[in-house]
Amino acid sequence: MRDRLQLARWTRGAICAASVLFVSVRLTAASLPGSIFAPYSTPASEEKKLSIFVLLIAAVIFSGVSSLLVYALVRFRSRPHDTAEPPQVFGSMQIELSWTIIPILIIVVLFLGTARVLFSVQDAPRPANALDVIVVGHQFWWEFRYPQYNVVTANELHVPVSSKAEPRETFLKLTSADVMHSFWVPKLGGKTDLLPNRVNEMWFDPQEPGLYVGQCAQFCGAQHAKMLLRVYVDTPDKFQQWIAEQQKSQAEIANAHLTMASMPNAGNQNSAGGNPPNTQATNGETMAQSADISDAVTPQNGQLVFEREACISCHTVQGTVANGRYGPDLTHLMSRATLAAGAVENTPGNLEAWIKDPAQFKPGCLMPAMHLTDRENQQMTAYLLTLK
Amino acid sequence: MDSGMPIPQGIEGAIDRTPAQSARGTYLEAIHSWIVTVDHKKLGILYIAYALVFLLVAGAEALMIRIQLIRPHNDFVSPFTFNRLFTMHGTTMVFLVGMPILFGFGNYLVPLMIGARDMAFPRLNAFSFWISAFAGLLLYYSFIGGVGLSGTGSAPDVAWFAYAPLTEKAFSPGHSTDYWAVAILASGIGSIGTAINILATVFCMRCKGMTLFRMPLLPWLYATTSFIVLVAVSPLTACQAMLLIDRYLGGHFFDTQAGGSAILWAHFFWIFGHPEVYVLVLPAFAFANEIIPVFSRKAIFGYPAMVAASVGIGFISLGVWAHHMFTIGMTSFGNAFFTLSTMLVSIPTGIKTFNWLATIWGGRIRFTTPMLFCIAFLFQWVIAGLTGIMLSVSAWNWQLHNSYFVVAHFHYVLIGAIVFMIFAAIYYWYPKITGRMLDDKLGKWHFWLMLIGFHVCFDTMHIPGLMGMPRQIYTYEADRGWNTLNAIVSVGGFIQGIAVLVLVYNMVHSFFRGEEAGPDPWDAWTLEWATASPPPPYNFATDPVVASRRPLWDLKHPEDPDSAFE
Repeated sequence: MRDRLQLARWTRGAICAASVLFVSVRLTAASLPGSIFAPYSTPASEEKKLSIFVLLIAAVIFSGVSSLLVYALVRFRSRPHDTAEPPQVFGSMQIELSWTIIPILIIVVLFLGTARVLFSVQDAPRPANALDVIVVGHQFWWEFRYPQYNVVTANELHVPVSSKAEPRETFLKLTSADVMHSFWVPKLGGKTDLLPNRVNEMWFDPQEPGLYVGQCAQFCGAQHAKMLLRVYVDTPDKFQQWIAEQQKSQAEIANAHLTMASMPNAGNQNSAGGNPPNTQATNGETMAQSADISDAVTPQNGQLVFEREACISCHTVQGTVANGRYGPDLTHLMSRATLAAGAVENTPGNLEAWIKDPAQFKPGCLMPAMHLTDRENQQMTAYLLTLK
Repeated sequence: MDSGMPIPQGIEGAIDRTPAQSARGTYLEAIHSWIVTVDHKKLGILYIAYALVFLLVAGAEALMIRIQLIRPHNDFVSPFTFNRLFTMHGTTMVFLVGMPILFGFGNYLVPLMIGARDMAFPRLNAFSFWISAFAGLLLYYSFIGGVGLSGTGSAPDVAWFAYAPLTEKAFSPGHSTDYWAVAILASGIGSIGTAINILATVFCMRCKGMTLFRMPLLPWLYATTSFIVLVAVSPLTACQAMLLIDRYLGGHFFDTQAGGSAILWAHFFWIFGHPEVYVLVLPAFAFANEIIPVFSRKAIFGYPAMVAASVGIGFISLGVWAHHMFTIGMTSFGNAFFTLSTMLVSIPTGIKTFNWLATIWGGRIRFTTPMLFCIAFLFQWVIAGLTGIMLSVSAWNWQLHNSYFVVAHFHYVLIGAIVFMIFAAIYYWYPKITGRMLDDKLGKWHFWLMLIGFHVCFDTMHIPGLMGMPRQIYTYEADRGWNTLNAIVSVGGFIQGIAVLVLVYNMVHSFFRGEEAGPDPWDAWTLEWATASPPPPYNFATDPVVASRRPLWDLKHPEDPDSAFE
């Protein structure tokens, strides 16, 4: 009697503890930035529903098998003075058939459940108004190209929200410039690998504006851990505005700027603004080679340093001579919240420190320290800070 | 056995009762005898000892990984060192711990259990061991080779599956990848040699009366494992050769910059890699098949189904490899195929699990240390199987792939099932191998520490995976909610480290001070217990003749022999 009371108390305690655990896990799950149980897109929520279904089946199987096991261990433990061997049973066709057939039925159910989500997500047709983004993986950063808008950016992907009233899916074409990477933003969906020599596809329809974080999920070398990924889901208006800003080349921005201020080489820059790109580049080169760089920490001097150094063989700044493709496009660097694929916040201090020695934030990253003087670093930072 | 029990025809006289010759040579002679030996028992012990040394090394690497990950932005080791550590940890545990220790037990036990005097090809056996040993030393030489004696030298840093094209010259200059490829090439030759040897032994060397269906399950499972090794290690060896051709002879198999294919490597590697899981887990099942019946005091339930299930696993395991590649961009049909084929594995493994349960059912369970490890194995194997099914659900796998959930899952298989069964096997057969019992009290300490450490570590490890933490990262951001979980995982890792040290102490201590075991300390039923502990070099004084699957049961219960029912 007393034992039974005790048992009842324990059972109640266990149930309470389990439900508290369950609720707290659920609450935490939803609040964490990378949880797969807090989906914000159709693929992610389909995957989540499937996962709950599978988890439930697994829980039933586990509780069944483990209670049988516990029962057997307690019931059939050897007791002292019990020396005789138990009856020897060699098998039973009926029982063995039953535990062959039941798992087969479970598998049929699991497979059909999986196949439904698998085909509906992977083979979903692309709607005509979908946003296309080409994602190129690099050691250790992301390149995003918007072919419909002629926009190129890095590490921070901007996409429009896809509401019920105004659906707008994002379709990604993924490839790699060097080794394998994998695109994973858990709240927006499962991962897809980026392979050199191959184009993979994935899609999502983000349902709420906000920032979604993820990171590279395929080991890609020294700085795999800091190949972070940020997806900004914007309202349609905000997205259009962002696109419009990204479409401006720095020459246009400088043009607008220069009409108000007079500065050395102003004429040169001015005329460059209206010219076709190749002429512009030639003019830029002339400028970089011929100019004397003074000690003043000005964006203009910074640009001269930038264009004199090897920076431009890896980085692009639209509308200037810088047209490298090896590193991230810097045209609108200051529109991004982070540096170095999310490794640090994009502040002037961090920017200057990053240029001085990238390895202090990301040892093993492919951007070399250029060994410039402190003055040159400051000038360059001043220039980069103008790339809004 | 020593109780003057009447000995039935056949096993009579299997024990040589003349006192063993104890002429001791010098240490040099002793070492020489171990180096030139072709005795399957000595080679088995060499394999096991070699694997245990690397277990400690790879365990130390795991603990360094866990120290680094104990908090976000930790700088215990550099990213370069960290990448080398997890590459070496994985490679070592699979190639230098898992395979050798299982081959070691196979070498030791298979001839004894089938009543043979040695393996079919004793010299090939010695060659296989020494080339594997060479592979291990070569791999570890990379820590001092190349760059120099400081730091971590040029140890491989491309992860244990070494995806192309990260391993190509362009992305992996220097020699770190070469150490990896050549070491695996060499150990692969050793593995294939041993696989051929075990197959030949099982099929050609059985004692009189031992038909295939009177063979204990352990040799059956070792034959299946060896078959898988033969089929699956060959592609691995082939792709190492291709990789080296790429790196040194200007080939372009995996060189994507020249039109090679990254997916090709993935296919090659996982055609090896997934069957490899079964190569490791089938011997663990084999141990369970021997130990659970003895301590439940019942014959294994459903012997024919167990054989069929094991062989079935062997075949199915060859057709599931691409479930490691659900995110690589296969067609939806391909993904569906590998979802189904992977789920099919759960049928034979389910049969095995239920048959173990039925073996226990109605028995008189003796909770000895080996049995405790078996019981923990049963629970953990069920969980590992269920998380395996979760991973086979391809649409969910897109989320789970390459996350810490996967890491937790395969450690559940590799530690929760395989290492636990290796520990059970050590406690069970140590008396046979050394002639002395392992200390039971220390054994219980080892078991409970291991059990607690394991669950603190690997139960917790599933959660960061579900919360978006990818594997193989040397550090993580502080705002992702992974901090506490990682700290708990690290603590669990250290508890397991202590547990393993208890085992090591126990093994050394009991070797000198342990209780004398006698030929049959567990009151068991298979042939290895019909000879002295440790067995003499010739194993059995006379060739045994058997009439059933449990010759020693027949011996002990002449009134109710198995041979009457089979």
